[in-house]
Amino acid sequence: MDLRFTPEETAFRDEVRGFFRTQVPAEIRAKVSEGRSLTREDYVTSQRILNARGYAVPHWPKEWGGQDWTPIQRYIFTEEMLLAAVPLPLQFNCYMVGPVIAAFGSQAQKEKHLARIANLDEWWCQGFSEPGAGSDLASLKTRAVRDGDHYIVNGQKTWTTLGQYADWIFCLVRTDPAAKKQAGISFILIDMTTPGITVRPIITLEGRHEVNEVFFDNVKVPVENLVGEENKGWDYAKFLLANERTGIARIGLSKERLARVKRLAKEMPAGEGMLWDERDFRDRVMNVEIELKALEITQMRVVAAQGRRGDNRPDPASSILKIKGSQLQQATTELLLEVAGPFALAAPVRTGELSNDWPFDYDWADAAAASYFNNRKVSIYGGSNEIQKNIIAKAVLGL
Amino acid sequence: MDFDLSPEQTQLKDGVERLIGSAYGSLEQRNARAAGPLGFSEKVWAQFAEMGLTGIPFSEDEGGFGGGPVETLAVMEALGRGLALEPYFATVVLGGSAVRLGGTEALKARIIPGIVEGTTRLALAVTEKQSRYDLFDVATTARSDGDGFLIDGAKSVVVNGDSADRLVVSARTDGARRDREGISLLLVPADAPGVTIHGYPTQDGGRAAEISLAQVRVGADALIGQAGNGLPVLERVAEFAIAALAAEAVGIMAALHQMTMDYLKTRQQFGGPIAQFQVLQHRAVDMFIALEQARSMAFYAAMMVEHADAAERAAALSAVKVQINRSCRLVGQEAVQLHGGIGMTMEYLGAHYFKRLTMIESLFGDTPHHLRHVGDAGGLEKWANRQSLQGQ
Repeated sequence: MDLRFTPEETAFRDEVRGFFRTQVPAEIRAKVSEGRSLTREDYVTSQRILNARGYAVPHWPKEWGGQDWTPIQRYIFTEEMLLAAVPLPLQFNCYMVGPVIAAFGSQAQKEKHLARIANLDEWWCQGFSEPGAGSDLASLKTRAVRDGDHYIVNGQKTWTTLGQYADWIFCLVRTDPAAKKQAGISFILIDMTTPGITVRPIITLEGRHEVNEVFFDNVKVPVENLVGEENKGWDYAKFLLANERTGIARIGLSKERLARVKRLAKEMPAGEGMLWDERDFRDRVMNVEIELKALEITQMRVVAAQGRRGDNRPDPASSILKIKGSQLQQATTELLLEVAGPFALAAPVRTGELSNDWPFDYDWADAAAASYFNNRKVSIYGGSNEIQKNIIAKAVLGL
Repeated sequence: MDFDLSPEQTQLKDGVERLIGSAYGSLEQRNARAAGPLGFSEKVWAQFAEMGLTGIPFSEDEGGFGGGPVETLAVMEALGRGLALEPYFATVVLGGSAVRLGGTEALKARIIPGIVEGTTRLALAVTEKQSRYDLFDVATTARSDGDGFLIDGAKSVVVNGDSADRLVVSARTDGARRDREGISLLLVPADAPGVTIHGYPTQDGGRAAEISLAQVRVGADALIGQAGNGLPVLERVAEFAIAALAAEAVGIMAALHQMTMDYLKTRQQFGGPIAQFQVLQHRAVDMFIALEQARSMAFYAAMMVEHADAAERAAALSAVKVQINRSCRLVGQEAVQLHGGIGMTMEYLGAHYFKRLTMIESLFGDTPHHLRHVGDAGGLEKWANRQSLQGQ
């Protein structure tokens, strides 16, 4: 048993750390650190810098741009990216549709899309959730009816993150209404410029336009846009969601935010001294930091087990990472809100922009509440924490 | 980075588990051992020595087996699972660490072989009525007397203090009650004139003692470490204690969690097993998460207890104790709740696990104590504090 990194792993860490902190523009990373919105251009700029170095899709198969890394290297890579507040490569591209196409898509689909997905030449969004299909995703109703060389798609998707920027959407649609729930679902790729698609913004509670509703009204989709086999879409979706959970603990992100909490608390006057001098505040910070350390080791255990098995199948125990990781992300935003104190009241004047020229002593404080509000989502998306508990109860505890 | 045991460590773990499985196969067996005159079984203690468990942390030069924190982790986890009563923690982990870390070559040669053979038992006498968890808070005094010392004072809740041959006593040779300097560690024979030991049962089925020391005379060779500079040794002992307790707690929590899962699957109410109820499933998952977080911190403890940087090491072990304490509380309470009435009974093993978990929380520092310590150290992530996002 040795929990330390090998010299090779340490050298790798230093290499990626140096890259992230020198090559990705500081102003983009500052936005991430402060919890502000990124523009479409920010995402594209950052991802193309990563991709030029082979860092956008290291977890993909090698022939499509992946790296021959061990699970431990991948873990180090992601943690360093989060610690440096580098925006993660667009999740829908790199962690969702890309791996699904690489694993189950046709050769033509791979050649048409994968390189463009990695470079963010195509922006993808996710069409899974529907107004009537949230945690019970398999009850989705959007229909795709075969008509010669096309499917005709009708229905509605919702919570479509950054759909306003998307060129493509990958959708779960019902192709066999007679089959039972999971059995009649297919996974199809739809060009967002196809006639009949309407995108309507949903403004979330912090005032940002992050998610959308997408309506499909007799949308014609060529049959070659079906991924894999018809009615097998649920299997591909499970593959995708399992992928999504692997990196979901976001420990590096929470660490980075916690370091920021400490830094700001040391500069925030409170009583005779600074907020950091108050013991009960420090205790609350330490509670989070200690649990985060435990979760970091739990994550290393999951990663090491993957390495030992020699595959990349996610462990059912990775549901722990989702539950605890999301709780700790939320806890760090609560601490930040506490540091901001009365100054958290001010709402951002210009969403998504730094406000250094704004006449306010704490130019970061207007993002604190927005970040807190927005982060309530992390225990809901990607399979809510309650769904994760159902998974552990069944798959791990055998209840 | 790997979390695997070596073949030798696996062999050790299997061996201890077999021994504990037969010596502590049932609660009745444990009760019988607890009812003995020493509160444990001398026969089982001899088996520990035969297996080499009592020699684990000592180097081969000292007559031991040169094991490290991972070996101790494997043993303590198994002892936890069995709720073993033998004074392994008091003798090998506490007293043994004090002698190993602070003793002169002569003292080590005098004491360690007896520990390894199972013929010498130690106890650590440090807690006083006013000290709570502060190891430096010492009112007991040791005045120079010829070439030795004359000890006066009293020690409280000394674990296995009534069956030890020798006591490791913290006493003040200099300074005021709460000074960090001026503390000396002295090895005192339990039968020395002036030593009075009142033994009693503890909440977790073990034994402890109140010990008074009146004009107790020891020689210069009783000194462990430098005179007046005993605190660093004591603090190291406490770090090893926390690492060992973390492993013990994980062994207990794993067993208690398993018992609870089995109970949920077998207990029938409303026409089926109660495991079918989602509210109970989710509580079971909360227990599981707490257990796994604790297990991670027990590994962290094993790694950090030999870490060279003293400040980082101390903060890390405090962090371990905080997580272990929280997990002990959650797993213990939830186990009783999910068992319902049977979990409240003396006849049920799970209840005894719960009691030991509760007592582990208050050994070597409760949650507020260690939380404060980590906070005073500025936390665990030093580099993150120093580095800004802009630089490397």
